[in-house]
Amino acid sequence: MILSEKHQMMRKLYRQFAQTEFTDELLDRLEETGEFDWDIHKLMAKYGFMGVKIPVEYGGQGGDSLAYALMIEEFARVSPVLSIYANTSNSLGAGPLLFCGTEEQKRKYVEPVAKGEKILVFALTEPGAGTDAGGTLTTAVADGDYFVLNGRKTFISGAPMADYAVVYAKTDPTQRGSRGISMFIVDMKLPGVSCGKPEAKMGIKGYPTSDLILENVRVHKSDLLGPLHKGFATAMKTLDGGRLGMAAQAVGIAQGCLDEAIKYAKERKQFGKPIASFQGISFMIADMATEIEAARQLVYSTAVRKDAGDPEASKLCAMSKLFAGEMCNRVAYKAVQIHGGYGYIKEYKVERFYRDARITTIYEGTSQVQQMVISGNLLK
Amino acid sequence: MSTFVNTDPSAFHGVWVFCEQRGGELMPTDFELLSEGRKLADDLGVELCGVLLGDNVEGLVPQLGGYGADRVYVCQDPALKDYTTDAYTKVICDIVMDKKPEIFLIGATNIGRDLGPRCAARLHTGLTADCTSLVVDTAKYKEFLKSTSTLDVDGMKWDMEDKGLKMTRPAFCGHLMATIICPRFRPQMSTVRPGVMKCAEFDQAKADACKTELYPVSLCDSDLRTKVLEVVKEAKDTVDLIGAEVIVAVGYGISKDPQVGLDLAQKMADALGGVVGASRAAVDAGWVGADQQVGQTGKTVRPSLYIALGISGAIQHKAGMEDSECIIAVNSNSSAPIFEVADYGICGDLFQVVPEMIDVLTNK
Amino acid sequence: MKFIVCVKQVPDTSGKVAVKADGTMDRASMAAITNPDDLNAVEAALALKDQNPDAKVVLVSMGPPPAAAMLRELLAMGCDEAILVSGREFGGSDTFATSQILAGAIHHLGLEQDDIIFCGRQAIDGDTAQVGPQIAEKLDIPQISYVADLKLEGTTVTAKRMLEDGYMTVQTQTPCLVTCIKELNQPRYMTVKGILECDQKPYQVYDFNTLKDEPLIELDTIGLKGSPTNVYKSFSPPIKGAGVMLEGSGRETVEKLFATLEEKHII
Repeated sequence: MILSEKHQMMRKLYRQFAQTEFTDELLDRLEETGEFDWDIHKLMAKYGFMGVKIPVEYGGQGGDSLAYALMIEEFARVSPVLSIYANTSNSLGAGPLLFCGTEEQKRKYVEPVAKGEKILVFALTEPGAGTDAGGTLTTAVADGDYFVLNGRKTFISGAPMADYAVVYAKTDPTQRGSRGISMFIVDMKLPGVSCGKPEAKMGIKGYPTSDLILENVRVHKSDLLGPLHKGFATAMKTLDGGRLGMAAQAVGIAQGCLDEAIKYAKERKQFGKPIASFQGISFMIADMATEIEAARQLVYSTAVRKDAGDPEASKLCAMSKLFAGEMCNRVAYKAVQIHGGYGYIKEYKVERFYRDARITTIYEGTSQVQQMVISGNLLK
Repeated sequence: MSTFVNTDPSAFHGVWVFCEQRGGELMPTDFELLSEGRKLADDLGVELCGVLLGDNVEGLVPQLGGYGADRVYVCQDPALKDYTTDAYTKVICDIVMDKKPEIFLIGATNIGRDLGPRCAARLHTGLTADCTSLVVDTAKYKEFLKSTSTLDVDGMKWDMEDKGLKMTRPAFCGHLMATIICPRFRPQMSTVRPGVMKCAEFDQAKADACKTELYPVSLCDSDLRTKVLEVVKEAKDTVDLIGAEVIVAVGYGISKDPQVGLDLAQKMADALGGVVGASRAAVDAGWVGADQQVGQTGKTVRPSLYIALGISGAIQHKAGMEDSECIIAVNSNSSAPIFEVADYGICGDLFQVVPEMIDVLTNK
Repeated sequence: MKFIVCVKQVPDTSGKVAVKADGTMDRASMAAITNPDDLNAVEAALALKDQNPDAKVVLVSMGPPPAAAMLRELLAMGCDEAILVSGREFGGSDTFATSQILAGAIHHLGLEQDDIIFCGRQAIDGDTAQVGPQIAEKLDIPQISYVADLKLEGTTVTAKRMLEDGYMTVQTQTPCLVTCIKELNQPRYMTVKGILECDQKPYQVYDFNTLKDEPLIELDTIGLKGSPTNVYKSFSPPIKGAGVMLEGSGRETVEKLFATLEEKHII
């Protein structure tokens, strides 16, 4: 796909920003402490990255899905975890609100999120319900002007820093499976809301993930998001956009791996010449680059087709996530292989990329869930 | 100003040098330019004159004479004590329009590069910036080209009578050299990079013979639109590897006595106006801060001169410095990979070689 | 109030520089970028606009039509208007000729009492640092070069002007011209919103016909033929040969080494 001049400018902007601001020192700090870095969050917010895909009238930048995918790709190419910083608000965070929020809800929640003044997270997964939303145990019971929420959400990315969470809860226990679920915007400062201890993760360090616990949390009915009992359909729509973003992240990580592998293969000498001159290495590089380009084209065209209202968009998003995530892991494996022993030590960037890559076939729907979505679309 | 006609070269005579002073002290470039200007003046058979502006500065004239000036025009006024664009431009243009030199050289300091273009625009003539070579004699220019270029000098046509100033300067970070001429207007003006021209020996007889010519200054308030509120001198001591022109880097080779090794590197850096860098091995050993690390996981540098002391030259280090303009390596192991990228290599113990180097440098 | 910023598109010399067989720069093979110091000038103007929201930041660039891409990027950073001065007649101009044309363009645009003109200290393709001061001279306004800090109060401009061995604090009145160095600021980035909106901002091309009657422009001293300075010869410096292993490690060797370095102007 040939990018328009505007999209080329955006890519240049994202690339310059990431190369300049995502310093080695910052990346090392994120890795070592695992803590959220407010300075880079604020800087990204200042340039509007939190609201790239959010309409201008709600404080965003007014970009399209391709503008968003390019950002995630270029950021992830330098730092997978920092691509997440700018991701949630554009996808799972503001997504449900833009889909079905009232004007008042959009003004109140989307604007500060688009500007990065507030952090909004997406809380769907539970200990017994991830892929299978039917197992949702969190409940919301109407009580006058309020709903009373109880339950425990798990693996909630960004929960410890969040101001708000979009929480999925069963409002009609008589309905089975994914029906009878509603969405609520929960202010994290409400009594009864707490977070678990941040998980010690394999990668994506520097963006804490924890449980979110709801104990008799009284949420005003004005914070019910979308139609009562029909929240899950919205969740699914939001997941499409999220999957596209994560596919773009996988492309970015893979490109970062390729960049490092090429650099290393040209510098590293064995038997008196650079290892790049050996076919065992150069063919691996050729395969890596080809796979990355295939995934990139799938992601870009899916972004355009999604915005154009293509009825196949949901399937295409799943395909992008499936292919890009698996591709990313193959590429990261080869990048470490090319580095040999150096790829196994932390001083070299591929070591971190390799661990970060692992999540891309897991979160926002495992590869197997993507296969379910794709095959479900084909075999219905 | 409109009465100044500068299209007739035969009306212009003499080589002039702007002699910059700061706080009553002459700048080293003044001597370099006078030394170079002397050669031009001799080739043309004309006078070499300095132009000195300031407040109460005529006492500096003999110094200028000692480096070659036959005559120095001195313009003194309290308004000329510190440099201001407006006052200096006005005074210099007045005297140039009056005396009509054929060549006018200015040091390419931060002040010279402010003054030069402003004067050239007012004098309606060309200005060539940051020259590294100045020649009037065509035969000498041919010799110059033969030694610095791959051009087929003898295969070209030359006007051997041409005495126009041939001003050579680097462009594109030194990847290209261009010789510039200014045939239609006078004076032929150029700014000259500090430190490039060689300084002649000071000649007391010439100093004594140098003529001082006080030139009246006419400045009014409307000529002075900028005011200098303060002038502050400050020493630089932060390590800025990226912007450094000279880097002296140490590696694991200083392990025998890291402190002495570092001191030596610092002394050499001081002598060359550079900063101290290090390889990863020296940083990991804790001898040098991480911000001074050169290499793939440190900083990538391109100084004009990179001196590697006791650095073996692992790829990770070479990747960060091999684009330096000139690389000197000192290492006791003659097969160290650093010698592959070095322009000059010395195989020896740095604890013996470096003190010699510092000694030669400081006693130059 | 206007903040006029003079910008130039230059080949990126930070990577490999390509030289053609005839000794001239192979510009086509190199990426075109906004001259780095000019970005500091743009940022200085935008930062002042942040404090004076009524002010307009107007870009003026002289160059061939592809420079429009650079201007769009600068508009996407937040500048308000752009003028591209472009014409065959202007091509090959030296600094004297260029500054006349730019001064003519600024005069055509209209220089008001509270305006400030910003330039980068120098362009990386020529490193002359001459065009800024020469524009100021042609427009007969004061200049402050090498600016590392800048304050505007009313019509008074106070600047920290860097010297090799320190700095001066200099004050002048608008209209004036300042040349900016990288220590002045950290240029901002474009924004996605800015990118999407940059085409809607005013954009003009001044060609030869627009400017030919400008009093500041003498038609016989512009362009390649008219420029006061001409290229007499251009050449590549000799290619760096293989390294030399010096004999011995004693004083004699060291003296020889430094003598060679001095001869080659390395030290």
